[in-house]
This record gives sequence, C-alpha cells and structure tokens, in this order.
Amino acid sequence: MLTAFAVLAVEAEGEESQSLLLPALPDLIWGSIAFALILGLMLWRFVPRINAALAARVDAIEGGIKRADEAQAEANAARDKYLAQLAEVRTEAGRIREEAREDAKQIRAGLVEQAQADAARIVANAQVQIEAERAAALASLRTEVGSLALDLASGVIGESLSDDKKAAGIVDRFLVDLAASEKAQAGR
Amino acid sequence: MSECPPGEFCGPSVEEFFPEPILFLNTPFEMNRILLIRMLVVVVLAVIFWVATRNLKVVPTKGQVVFETITGFVRNNIIIETLGEKDGRRFMPVLFTIFFLTLGLNITGVIPGLQIASTGLIGQALIMALVAYFTFIYAGMRRHGFRFFKNQTVLPGVPIFIVPVIAILEALSTFIIRPVTLTLRLTMNMVAGHMLLVLCFLATNFFFVTVLVEQGNPLGLLGVGTFAFGIAFTALEIFVAALQAFVFTILTAIYIQLALADEH
Repeated sequence: MLTAFAVLAVEAEGEESQSLLLPALPDLIWGSIAFALILGLMLWRFVPRINAALAARVDAIEGGIKRADEAQAEANAARDKYLAQLAEVRTEAGRIREEAREDAKQIRAGLVEQAQADAARIVANAQVQIEAERAAALASLRTEVGSLALDLASGVIGESLSDDKKAAGIVDRFLVDLAASEKAQAGR
Repeated sequence: MSECPPGEFCGPSVEEFFPEPILFLNTPFEMNRILLIRMLVVVVLAVIFWVATRNLKVVPTKGQVVFETITGFVRNNIIIETLGEKDGRRFMPVLFTIFFLTLGLNITGVIPGLQIASTGLIGQALIMALVAYFTFIYAGMRRHGFRFFKNQTVLPGVPIFIVPVIAILEALSTFIIRPVTLTLRLTMNMVAGHMLLVLCFLATNFFFVTVLVEQGNPLGLLGVGTFAFGIAFTALEIFVAALQAFVFTILTAIYIQLALADEH
C-alpha cells in the first residue's frame, strides 16, 4: 500500500511537482497556524474551564455528602445526649423515690413512737390521778370511819348496853343520825 | 479530469488534493479551497468551544450534557485512563487540541459543500505528529533526563549479546517509525476515504447523466447501486473521521505514558 502511494506521489511530482507525501509550504504554514490557534485556546480557556466545571461538580457532590454526614453525626450526637439525659433523669427519679420512701418510713416511725409516748404519758397521768384520788378517798374515809366509830361508841356508852331493846334503839338512832348527817353533807 | 474525453468514465486522481490557489497567490501563505476549509474548521471549532465553555454549570443543561459527554470521553477515556490524573492534566491541552482539530478537519470530508478533509494534506498530519513526537520526548527528558533514551532502547531482561540489536530496533521504532506512522495513517486514511467517496459519486453521476440520459442506456440504472455505496461510505467516513482522531490521540497519550514510565 505504501509503495502504491509512493508511486502515486512520484507520478504526481512528475506532473506538477505536487506530492501526497511531500508537504507543500502553505500546507505546513496554515497547518501550524491552525494547530497553534486551537492549542492556544485550549491552554488559555477551554481546558481550564472544562476542568474547573468538573471540579466544581465534584466539589458540589462531595460537599453535599459531607454536609449530610455532618448533619447525621449531629443528629446522632443529639440523640445520644438526649438518651444519656433520659437515663440520668431516670436514675435521679429513682433516687428521689427511694429517698421519699425512706423519709416516709422515718416519719411513720416517728409518729408511731410519739403516739406510743403520748399513750404512755396519758396512762401514767391517769394512774397518778387515780392514785391521788384513792389516797384522798382513803384519807377522808379514815377520818369519817373514825368519827363514826367514835359517835357510835359514845352513843353505846351513853345508854345502857345490857338492855337488848335499848341497844337496838341506839343502833337504829345511830343509823338514822348517820343518814341525816349524810343528807346534810350531800345538801351542803 | 479536465482532459477527460466525453462519454467515457474518468476516476478521481490525486489532483483532488491540489486545487487551484485562491488567496495570497505566490506567497508562502497561498491558500486553496482545502486550506480555506481548514481555517474555517479552526474558526468553527473555536466558536463551538467558546460558546460551550462560556457558562458551564454544576447542574448541566441539555447542550452541556452533549458537550460534556464528548469532552468527557476524550478527557477520561483517552487521556486520564492512559496517563493518570496528574500527568493527564499536564498534557490535556495538547491532547485535546490533537483530538478535536483532527476530528474537525476529518469531518469536513463528508460535509456537503466542503467534502474534503484537509488532513488529507500531509502537512497537517506531519505537524501534529511532530508535536506528538516532541511532546513525548519532552515528557521523557523532563522525567528521566538522558536516561530516557536508555530506557526507551535498552530493554531489561534481554540477553547481553543482542542488546545492541534490540536497541537499534527500538530506537528505530520509537524515534523514526512512530512519527512516520502517525502521519501516514491519518493522511492516507483521509485520502483513501475521499477517493472512495469521489469514485462512488462520480460513477453515480456518470451512470445517471452520461449513460442513462445522454446515451439512453438502461445500464445507467447501475447508478442506484453506486449511489447506495456512496451513502454507505459516507457513513463509514464519519466513523473513520472519529476513529482516526481517537487513534492519533490515544497513540500520542500512550507514547507519552511510555516515555514517563520508569522501565520499558
């Protein structure tokens, strides 16, 4: 194939000194200008712009993913913090409940103790009072029994004790006097 | 072609690529139709890229998606996949230039009204091959200094007595064959493609106009077949235009990558 073109070229050269294989000067000049112009534009503007556009897109996509990741991390952190706080609050509540229970127990114990003390005190007071009243009754009884015994004795001695009729009269009179004096005492 | 006798079919010749100059006559800047098309492509390419990169958004519009699909293919699948992110960025402008200039210049071969690829002129391919050549030598020298030439020619694990032979072959392949093949592959693909298309459409014209109408011969209906072939080859040429741009660019990237690599 190459030889065929070489032959073609030689033939052409023979006729008009133009060849497919030998570049003509205008061809080289305009070819260089064409290449230089496009290369210049590519270097100066086109390639940088294409690369910049692609870089911007990569940046936008990666930036978007990064921002989403950040938001996700933030949300996770917030959730963890919230859960931690919740746990803290739960333990706090448990502690408070426990304390309250303890306090209630103490208060109840205190109340029971006080009630028992009050009861004991009331009972003691009552006993003291009873004792005092009993003593007072005993004292008054003693004096009254004494005076009654004296009255009775004096009555017995004033009369003749050998006579059964007289003796019976003395006793009756004593009893009537006794009742009268009791009445008089009650009326007083 | 001008000397084609009437009533006979004359195929296309190499002269297709040497039309009469139109501008700047008798100066080194002499322009013919093909060179005008080349500069038109440069302007169109510049305008397309200018408009497309003027306002690239993070969330792309429909047009931007199309633009980014194409540039993204060159950027990622050709450049970064071959050279890696860091070195890929360094050589991105020159590789972008090679790809899109080649693609633009190739595609005019099938655009109605232009219908010739200015990469069919060897000068353009040669310039780009030289750029690729000096770029990979620069890349190697920058990374390895003069050890680059040893890296490229002396292969590890080769028996000592054939090292010189291999070195000569490697030197030949790296520093002579590479630019030549880069140049010829592109130019000859475009020349051959153009010839095929011209042949098909000239034949179609000949069958319909000369044979069928002028000579009244029903054999002229063969033109339907040649026209169909013309359409098919046009589609093929669109593919070839992109393929050659791809091949030129990825080979350049691979040459740079080989020059940067520590060992061969």
